[in-house]
Amino acid sequence: MATATTVDFEAVIGLETHVQLKTRSKMFCSCKVEFGAPANSLTCPVCLGLPGALPVVNRQAIEFGIRVGLALNCQIAHSIRFHRKNYFYPDLPKGYQITQHDTPLCFDGVLELPVRDATGNPRVCRVTRAHLEEDAGKSIHLEGGTLVDLNRAGTPLVEIVSAPDLRNAEEAHAYLTTLKRNLSYLGVSELSMEKGSLRCDANVSIRPVGESRFGTKVEVKNMNSFKSVANAINFEIQRQKRILRAGGTLHQETRLWDEDKLETRSMRSKEEANDYRYFPEPDLAPFEIGRGWIDEVRRSLPELPEKRLLRYLDDFKLARAEADYLVTERELGDFFEATVKLYDQPRKIAAWISGELTHALSERNASLADLKLEPARLVELISLVEARKLNNITAKEVFHAMLGTSDSPEQVARRMGKLIEASGAAEDPAVAAAIAEVIAEFNDKAVKDFLEGKEAALKFLVGQCMRKLKGKVDPKELPPLIEKAARG
Amino acid sequence: MPAIKDSFELTKRFAAGESSAEATLQAALRMIDAREPRVGAFLHLDREGALAQARDLDARRKQGQKLGPLAAVPVAIKDNIHVAGQATTCASRMLEGFKAPYDATVTARLKAAGAIILGKTNLDEFAMGSSCENSALKQTRNPFDLERVPGGSSGGSAAAVAARMALMALGSDTGGSIREPASFCGVVGLKPSYGRVSRYGLVAFASSLDQIGPFTLSVRDAALSLSVMAGEDPLDATSSSESVPDYLSALRADLKGLRVGVVRAYFDECPNQDVAGRCRQAVERMKALGAEIVEIELPRAKDGLAVYYVVASAEASSNLSRFDGVRYGLREKTSSAIQNYFATRGRGFGPEVKRRIMLGTHALSAGAYDEFYGRASKVRTLMVNDFKAAFARCDVIASPTAPFTAFKAGEKSDPLSMYLCDIYTIPANLAGLCALSMPVGVDARGLPVGLQLQCAPYAETTLFGAAGALESDLNLNLAPTL
Repeated sequence: MATATTVDFEAVIGLETHVQLKTRSKMFCSCKVEFGAPANSLTCPVCLGLPGALPVVNRQAIEFGIRVGLALNCQIAHSIRFHRKNYFYPDLPKGYQITQHDTPLCFDGVLELPVRDATGNPRVCRVTRAHLEEDAGKSIHLEGGTLVDLNRAGTPLVEIVSAPDLRNAEEAHAYLTTLKRNLSYLGVSELSMEKGSLRCDANVSIRPVGESRFGTKVEVKNMNSFKSVANAINFEIQRQKRILRAGGTLHQETRLWDEDKLETRSMRSKEEANDYRYFPEPDLAPFEIGRGWIDEVRRSLPELPEKRLLRYLDDFKLARAEADYLVTERELGDFFEATVKLYDQPRKIAAWISGELTHALSERNASLADLKLEPARLVELISLVEARKLNNITAKEVFHAMLGTSDSPEQVARRMGKLIEASGAAEDPAVAAAIAEVIAEFNDKAVKDFLEGKEAALKFLVGQCMRKLKGKVDPKELPPLIEKAARG
Repeated sequence: MPAIKDSFELTKRFAAGESSAEATLQAALRMIDAREPRVGAFLHLDREGALAQARDLDARRKQGQKLGPLAAVPVAIKDNIHVAGQATTCASRMLEGFKAPYDATVTARLKAAGAIILGKTNLDEFAMGSSCENSALKQTRNPFDLERVPGGSSGGSAAAVAARMALMALGSDTGGSIREPASFCGVVGLKPSYGRVSRYGLVAFASSLDQIGPFTLSVRDAALSLSVMAGEDPLDATSSSESVPDYLSALRADLKGLRVGVVRAYFDECPNQDVAGRCRQAVERMKALGAEIVEIELPRAKDGLAVYYVVASAEASSNLSRFDGVRYGLREKTSSAIQNYFATRGRGFGPEVKRRIMLGTHALSAGAYDEFYGRASKVRTLMVNDFKAAFARCDVIASPTAPFTAFKAGEKSDPLSMYLCDIYTIPANLAGLCALSMPVGVDARGLPVGLQLQCAPYAETTLFGAAGALESDLNLNLAPTL
């Protein structure tokens, strides 16, 4: 029999993700949903939990919940009810949270992950359920006491619970990016971990390889990015292995991830856990969701990334990595398609988007809308290259310079002195002869380098031509002619 | 004010210009000055506010404006229903210093109908009790015998109307809290069907059972006030969208064709045979008016008390969680947030409230849920089915409202014997029925006896028809001598 020190362990991971919905008003009252308003300014008797106030279900929150469920390939319940989850905390004004217990709005979903198993098939993770609930307020702990801001209290949330199908941190990370990608198409949430509109807790356990029963589960909280979720899971797997290999035992508990120390520490044990005393919310009658409504929501959904990806591969013949990238955000794909409509060169456009455009987005930490880039201007820029008025290098410079402006690429290029204008040199046979000689002479080395985009090579070739022509021509006119000749 | 029989008559006189709102209010205030020191029905009086309302009504009538159906009626409101700007105490120390920032929907509807809000009345703390003795703030006495309790939990409202200090009062009924005090104080008390009247602005005790209803001096007043209060409220998801019929036109002179159901045991096993006797006589009068008397069975009604104390306590344990000292009301400051909870709730709640919070917390806890809350919910469904079967055979069920008449203050010190007060009234809350208590006579001591009539959910018209005919026939005019 293998001893604990020699067994191989596998991890079993399930994720609980909270997504804040950007409905016009809160889950059970008409207060506005907004981030960053003055403390306690977005409140009313209902979300303050004043005596006598009663909740009324926000239909838009249900609709957004249905959208989330459909984007996670879930079934949608036809009748739901709400439950009360009872516990005391200063930022929980009623002393209970209205949530869903036995009839989640969405259930039995599945996500295909962009990682493959040993046999090369894509890994899938089931989505057990996605249910609606209200958020609590915010406690701000200071030295002299605790301040409570109830602006967030009552904001609608969808809690998405994955099945324990994930086996390592990479898969967990892939699940989160896929989930975020799919939801980003719906326009129902900011999906920002930084602003708290996307939150994730991980349930992590390990078991000997081949064992079918689950090990002792530890819940890890307090991660503020997908990367820290992965780090926390990795840390937790190692910690648990170390304990079991040393002959120790694990306890069911909740642990907090410490981003500074890169470790988890115990928050509360199972014995200290609350008994939430769930029971049906008597202030709300069961809520019926007609098949017609679900169909209507389904029809109103945009094309989801999984379907879009297949279309990009089939219709546009894009490379898998490029197509994968273009569907990561709805805006990127929309921009891509709008550009292709104007200019039928999908692969060329995809290369621009996954190259320079992405570079600009990450460098400026901006959204596509911030860049003010219209498809027509990108097409114009590509046309300038085709017409040899810009080379690959200058085109990139012009691209970055025109972002954030409304100037045409030609205007920008001219202003930058990068535009190759037609001139006498182009008609001069002596010039053409000199260029042909130089290209023949340096075909293997400098010309090759130039065509690969090395600017020094171009300078060298211009210099060689100038020497042959004894300086009888403006060197500024040479580069486009050299390029034209070099490309043959 | 004794000259005026009820609110209905008052509104007619006011509309005809025979009396002013201010004079009517002054008469009510004189009655309060004379009787309130002995009865103790009110926790808070708003003399100035009431006077301003009365003068406004008189001015508007002078201008020829159309006034609402309750114009000039002085109304008292149980102190667990919000009136904007006034304290809501729920007769608890927990809500010390709390002022309602908004009107309950019923308050707003009464105001819009021209009613004059006199003030707030005493109750058992958070509406938990059957004698008003659980009030942490005041002792209310029965106007028919000041040594006795007015009943509860809406004892202050019942006593205020019985003593003619108000012509109408609002109460809330979770297991009999309107009907039992109405019975003890010799007035009409109505618990509408669940969902008929908005609960928005009523401090919740047990959300699936609570209903607001009126105390009145006549059946037609109950019909009049329900016409004003009933109807869907967008702020209460459990309020019904069912249309509101003209309740006043439901009143009738005879009972031809009406089937009155009686459960024999409710009469035979009633601990006070004086009460049973009076109620039997009333049922006989209904027969004389043309009704057919049908014997019915409610096999699970005997479980009502047990089901009620699980369901109501469970909901209460959750509903009362918001009283934590963080945002309003009493706040005991200690060294830590968690200790603040213990200290605030420990000092703020009285013993009966604590008992029910503990009962309810246990009934919902992980190991006990199935045995208690789960099972109680199932039995509750069976009781609903019992009533459905019974209402297939009859239109209205008649019984005593309470097993006895008003008892002496301090007489029932054991909680269980107090719980038995509501044995006949609780099933209507569990099944969502409409029900009322009306005076049908007095016992040997001259204390009022109440008859309870119950109808199927949303059959208030049948209820008013039956009660109105019986009331005219009995022609009692019970009034205390104070």
